Amino acid sequence: MADISIRNVRKTYARQEVVHGVSLDIQNGEFVVILGPSGCGKSTLLRMIAGLEEITSGDIAIAGTVVNRLEPRKRGCAMVFQNYALYPHMSVAENIGYALKVAGVKKAERLAKVAQVAASVGLTEFLDRKPGQLSGGQRQRVAMARAIIREPRVFLFDEPLSNLDAKLRVQMRHEIRRIHNQIKATSVFVTHDQHEGMTLADRIVIMNKGTIDQVGTPEDIYNHPASIYVAGFIGSPAMNFLPGTISVAQRAVLLSGDARLDISAEAALGHDGLLVQVGLRPEQIALARPGQPGLPTRFDFVEELGSARLYHFLYEDLSVTVHSEEKHRFSPGQEVTLSIPPAAVHLFDAQTTRSLTAVAALAAKAQKALATA
Amino acid sequence: MIERTPLLNVVTHFILLIGFLLLFLPLWLALMAASHDMTTVSTAPIEWLPGGELWANMHEAWIKSDFGTKFVNSFIVSVCVVLGKIVLSAITAFGIVFFNHRFRMVIFWLIFITLMLPLEVRIVPTYAVAANALSPFQTLLDTTGLTGLFETLSGVRIAMEWNLLNSYTGLILPLVATATGTFLYRQFFLTIPDELVEAAKMDGSGPLRFLWDILIPLSRTNMAALATIMFVYAWNQYLWPLLVITDRANYGVVVVELADLVPDQLTTGGGLPTWHLAMAATLMVMVPPVLVVIFMQRWFIRGLINTDK
Repeated sequence: MADISIRNVRKTYARQEVVHGVSLDIQNGEFVVILGPSGCGKSTLLRMIAGLEEITSGDIAIAGTVVNRLEPRKRGCAMVFQNYALYPHMSVAENIGYALKVAGVKKAERLAKVAQVAASVGLTEFLDRKPGQLSGGQRQRVAMARAIIREPRVFLFDEPLSNLDAKLRVQMRHEIRRIHNQIKATSVFVTHDQHEGMTLADRIVIMNKGTIDQVGTPEDIYNHPASIYVAGFIGSPAMNFLPGTISVAQRAVLLSGDARLDISAEAALGHDGLLVQVGLRPEQIALARPGQPGLPTRFDFVEELGSARLYHFLYEDLSVTVHSEEKHRFSPGQEVTLSIPPAAVHLFDAQTTRSLTAVAALAAKAQKALATA
Repeated sequence: MIERTPLLNVVTHFILLIGFLLLFLPLWLALMAASHDMTTVSTAPIEWLPGGELWANMHEAWIKSDFGTKFVNSFIVSVCVVLGKIVLSAITAFGIVFFNHRFRMVIFWLIFITLMLPLEVRIVPTYAVAANALSPFQTLLDTTGLTGLFETLSGVRIAMEWNLLNSYTGLILPLVATATGTFLYRQFFLTIPDELVEAAKMDGSGPLRFLWDILIPLSRTNMAALATIMFVYAWNQYLWPLLVITDRANYGVVVVELADLVPDQLTTGGGLPTWHLAMAATLMVMVPPVLVVIFMQRWFIRGLINTDK
């Protein structure tokens, strides 16, 4: 049974709709990351689950109960905010224990619980401090502890890591995952950072302009993006896009120049003459060996990453980035041929922006899973 | 501007010194006048050095003005004004800032208007209301014809009266009902981040609990500032107590009594001016507000150093 069930939810602010009929089921104990750029409605969706924002139409149910009209405190959700939102005048212990105090839990019991939760996030020695005397990471931990102590049915995270520096962010990411593995509460985590999404999530929900573009495991979303938007949003460096036309007879995409890319027969089937965008992941393109056919490009510039390099090439006037661990010296304008295996080619309908390849691949995968089960 | 040159140091200290003298001189003169007997004070030149009559003068002024009762009255009025003001402004600002209701702006502007009409401007209508606090309601009933209707129906004529003259209530209420504190609190409440409100909501705290547990503790420095201002304001009130209190023996306040000690044509009636008593009384009347300011100032600084952020 789904723990959180979102049915055709819409949100309108002053006659402007920001969430356009979103439906989503979140399983019990699942860690779901809602990923999208700022203004895509992801925070609004989260706040509607929390009860901090009214639902214009549609239903949200938690554990089978429709909570549309329920006050936040009665929904069994705990929330971690971007700016931590700690009570500045209360000590760490008081901050963590406040929800219990409001709920009327006896002092002795409360203090014991606070001590236990504080220990689990490594705050024991800071219990008497005020939030103002803590570092960003410690404040974040207090915010987490404040959520944990309520033993909520659902954890909601509203970009909790975006105020931390890069190193701390990674560390807190691990901590959040560790805590989730421990307490296994259903979690919804909103972020615009694809790394957080990829590393934390059981399933990722990609939102774009108030609608859901794709829902899937991080692996599926990376390997089989369902739309140009998802393909461009996930993956760093970003996917390369080249326009072209499908030719079934040649089993290839004819690019705008006179180059062609071989594709698999299934991908081309039934799409003869369709205008497409070809998506190529920089890490799936290789440099062709001498004499090997491929995509003819000119070298533009290189970025050094330490463990690898990003080579930037130009095909016609379109930029093609290649992620490679090999070390090469090219002179600007030098002609380089890129080798692109058919499996690396993602095809998107240029008009609808939806993927031609992902649906088939995901369906095949599901079928295989069914067959083994 | 941080600049350090010897010349600038000398100049700035010189300016400081002049400022200090300007402020200190009147105080010193008052102290000197209070410490001599009447003849010395009344003859030229001015005495610049202290005499030995300070305690005697203070004692005489205290007895003459019945300061024992008056100080208690002044304290009751000032403390009640401070408390009433803090409570009133905290809850009105709370209602204006944190609740999104239809009449929010109307109420806001109604409160704002009272800022433009200080007590001195509306003193006659305020006096009328103080003479019968229920008179507005009576007027309402009379003009709508309800009084007449009720009289013909039941034979009883409605006449509501609640006289506030010669009472602490009458002294205090009109001083409490102004908008200054509401605005101070409103400005402070507006700086409270939305996320804090939402965190409290998620923690299960209702509006009143939020006010009591979060807002009130956070506004301690605000409260101290408001308390200081209101205490001095209430303590120094002259016109209103003069008007509303006729039973001076029981309800008089020190500032009104002090004004009577200051010699003029009426009080001395051509006799010798008792400046020594007036000054001695002034010094005594000055003490409570000065103490409040000194005490609260320390509190401010503590609040500023311990900025909870």
